Amino acid sequence: VNLSSYLGLLHEAERTLADAFRQVASAHGDEPDVHFLCLTLAQQCDAHQDKLSPVIRRYGESSTDHEPERLQAQGPGDARTGPMGLLRDLQDVHMLGTFVVETWKMVGQAGQALHDLELLEIVQTCSAQTSVQTSWLETRMKQAAPQVLVVAGR
Amino acid sequence: MSDRIHDIWGERTPMARGGSWPERVDVALAEGVTEADVETWVQSACVLCSNGCGCDIAVKDGHMVGVRGRADDAVNRGRLGPKGLFASWQGMDHADRLTTPLIRQSGRLVETDWDTAMDRVVERSRSLLSELGPLSHGFYTSGQLFLEEYYALCVLGKAGIGTPHMDGNTRLCTATAATSLKETFGCDGQPGCYADLDETDAVFLFGHNMAETQTVLWSRLLDRLEGPDRPLLVCVDPRATEVARCADVHLAVRAGTNQALMNGLVRELIAHGWVDEEYVDMYTTGFAELKATVETYTPTRVAEICDVGAQDVVRAAEIFGTSQRVVSTVLQGFYQSHQATAAACMVNNLHLMRGMLGRPGCAVLQMNGQPTAQNNRECGGDGDLPGFRNWENPGHIEELARLWNVDARVIPDWAPPTHAMQIFRYAEQGSIKFLWISATNPAVSLPQLGRIREVLGGDTFLVVQDLYLTETAAYADVVLPAAGWGEKTGTFTNADRTVHISERAVNPPGKARSDLDIFLDYARGMGFEDRDGQPLLPWSSPEEVFDAWRECSRGRPCDYSALSYATLRQSNGVQWPVTEQSPNGTPRLYSDAAFPSEPDYAETFGHDLLTGATVGEQAYRAMAPDGRAILKSAAWTPAHEAPDDDFAFQLSTGRTVYQFHTRTKTARAPKLDAAAPEVWAELAEIDAEKLRLGPGDRVRVVSRRGQLTANVHIGNVREGEVFVPFHYGWWSEAGETVPSERHAANELTMTEWDPVSKQPVFKVAAVRLERVDEAVGGAT
Repeated sequence: VNLSSYLGLLHEAERTLADAFRQVASAHGDEPDVHFLCLTLAQQCDAHQDKLSPVIRRYGESSTDHEPERLQAQGPGDARTGPMGLLRDLQDVHMLGTFVVETWKMVGQAGQALHDLELLEIVQTCSAQTSVQTSWLETRMKQAAPQVLVVAGR
Repeated sequence: MSDRIHDIWGERTPMARGGSWPERVDVALAEGVTEADVETWVQSACVLCSNGCGCDIAVKDGHMVGVRGRADDAVNRGRLGPKGLFASWQGMDHADRLTTPLIRQSGRLVETDWDTAMDRVVERSRSLLSELGPLSHGFYTSGQLFLEEYYALCVLGKAGIGTPHMDGNTRLCTATAATSLKETFGCDGQPGCYADLDETDAVFLFGHNMAETQTVLWSRLLDRLEGPDRPLLVCVDPRATEVARCADVHLAVRAGTNQALMNGLVRELIAHGWVDEEYVDMYTTGFAELKATVETYTPTRVAEICDVGAQDVVRAAEIFGTSQRVVSTVLQGFYQSHQATAAACMVNNLHLMRGMLGRPGCAVLQMNGQPTAQNNRECGGDGDLPGFRNWENPGHIEELARLWNVDARVIPDWAPPTHAMQIFRYAEQGSIKFLWISATNPAVSLPQLGRIREVLGGDTFLVVQDLYLTETAAYADVVLPAAGWGEKTGTFTNADRTVHISERAVNPPGKARSDLDIFLDYARGMGFEDRDGQPLLPWSSPEEVFDAWRECSRGRPCDYSALSYATLRQSNGVQWPVTEQSPNGTPRLYSDAAFPSEPDYAETFGHDLLTGATVGEQAYRAMAPDGRAILKSAAWTPAHEAPDDDFAFQLSTGRTVYQFHTRTKTARAPKLDAAAPEVWAELAEIDAEKLRLGPGDRVRVVSRRGQLTANVHIGNVREGEVFVPFHYGWWSEAGETVPSERHAANELTMTEWDPVSKQPVFKVAAVRLERVDEAVGGAT
């Protein structure tokens, strides 16, 4: 079934999101809240990948390499520096995060159709955490944006 | 009166449960002055800790010559602590006081007159506003000013300039108290009162070294502990403090593990059925999530994480679960540590689970570190909006716009108010170019001082307003000499919502002016106007500002609507809300379990405790709190800097009994200065032996961020930990921006803050200890 493709996609996207959080953490060490929280959230993404194991065992996991090119989560590329760079990096991670949230939702829809209670519980826990991740990113971007866009130098 | 330097808490006046705390009048007068020599006694309250004890200032020949506790004051019944007895007046009446404005000329601070100094401030302010707008301005104030001064500053900053960059050093002391109350109840406001100690059966002190930080409140508790029906006492503190020595259970948790302990206590209450299910069902929301979060925190697991005895966790939970009445207090051991807001919310949760709020002897006291911190929270001189209004609620912004007669768009509500550490970050990055610091000393009190010195020494135009030429003032472009306690009239509110008036007793020295007059002078200079072209700050006296604040507070939880200077002059401490319905004040909030969480009324829509993400209006409404309290929870996560091979010790910093803040006042009270003149590093005996260190030896304490040298004290800290008091700067080298020798605890601390309250983490850092060879003289 195609669910295996989506599980592969989700697995890969969580891995990319974890990498992105770590990258932002290391690029913006002078923003301690961003630094430490991104490291914590990267660990959350790692845990999400582990949580997927039992359902991947059940349904399989197709590598997204064999899928159409569009069915892949793109990482943010090289991290930037400075106030403007921070805002742009957070926004890139936010885009990736919303992609992950939506992917969890679709996997959850499949879980509903399959009456797979274990899968549904995993989806509920993980998607709730990813939603908080994106809420935090938005909160932090909204804080940073006025200063970056109106008064800060590059 | 005994020698109150050594006899810190004074003579015992034991009382039984439900008794009235006996009077005991403490007095201190200048040498050679007797009570008969005093010309006038002037009504006030003490500002040397957050307790807010009522007192009278002794005046003779135009000078403050002493102080006496007010016998009928509800807070202290006549008592004063060592700091209040000596530093309150000796810390003001001192030859070092600033008496004239200073401006920087060719790199040096030189004396000038008020017009020249204020013109320079106004000129820079105007040019930056026209060039870059309000976001170029930041204000960093205090927990030491009066209500009227915070309110004037708030109106000036939020409606005059329109900057979100306003905060106080209250961020370092009380931000988590405010935040935890907002997250749990929907709004700030201390639920209980000090008198609950008179009525209770068990007292939990969570990270609150009350014996040193609130000595008069500790006297009150000691009088219960030494009276009939002694309450049980549980102390959560890594150090074996005086509180711990008196405790029935002492949980000396490893630094950074408070949240694990709290999850364990909540779990025990649930496991034993010590939950008032009817109360939880009717008056709270979130119990299922709370229960799920704490599920894995068994006493054994908690014992492992926190390095305490599992049986002690069980016993503490049993005391909480089975006592008829419980009072909990919380302070910096929680607020300045890892997961501050989450752990403080868990204390609220314990009380909600047992329905122990709003009744005599059943109270949560989320404490403050400073005497007027509460007013900064209420009046919005910090990152809050006045009257506990919600920056995410457009209706609340409209109310303020109407009160001030300004366009609502001026008031910065588009993003969370900027917290202190972020303000300094913007200054570091050069986007805040004008920073006005009043009555606080960040050059000693903020974390990671090496970095703070660079920020203060950078290009930001710096205005510093204070009593003395502090370590911070040495960096200023303009120094404004302020009048302080006893030299100006104003009101302030302590940690249990008790409002006092503090009258002017003497004239300020030289040309010093009250902080209020300085702010009003700036507002006039800037020409801030309302929509009708009238002055935005139309006041000329503190009483006029108080009356304006009263209208701002009307209908809000911190309602002062039936309070006036006239009533305060007749009162011995009155607790808000004070309304026509309750003209004598309100000892306890939430007696009816009606919480201020209704979305249109609440101060916040809340945050996620792990990340600080805002919940947002839509999700908050969907949760339908509607007058119920919110049981928020979070898993424990490890602290971000743990000891390792290079930095093997765990550092904790804190306040001690003889000193306050950065010693601007206490160092100038000779007896207090003599009692603790120098910084020390407190080690466990076993560690001292390993390092061949004895009492009085010199030790160098080094972190990844800096170092200091200190005298060794062999103390009651845990093995592997070191405690350094945070008071010691380089004040005696007044005017020097960089100390000749490093003593400040914050040379070592790290720049990090709680994700929700944004309170800096002062109590978790890794350090190493190096013996200083006397022959080498401390060279690195």
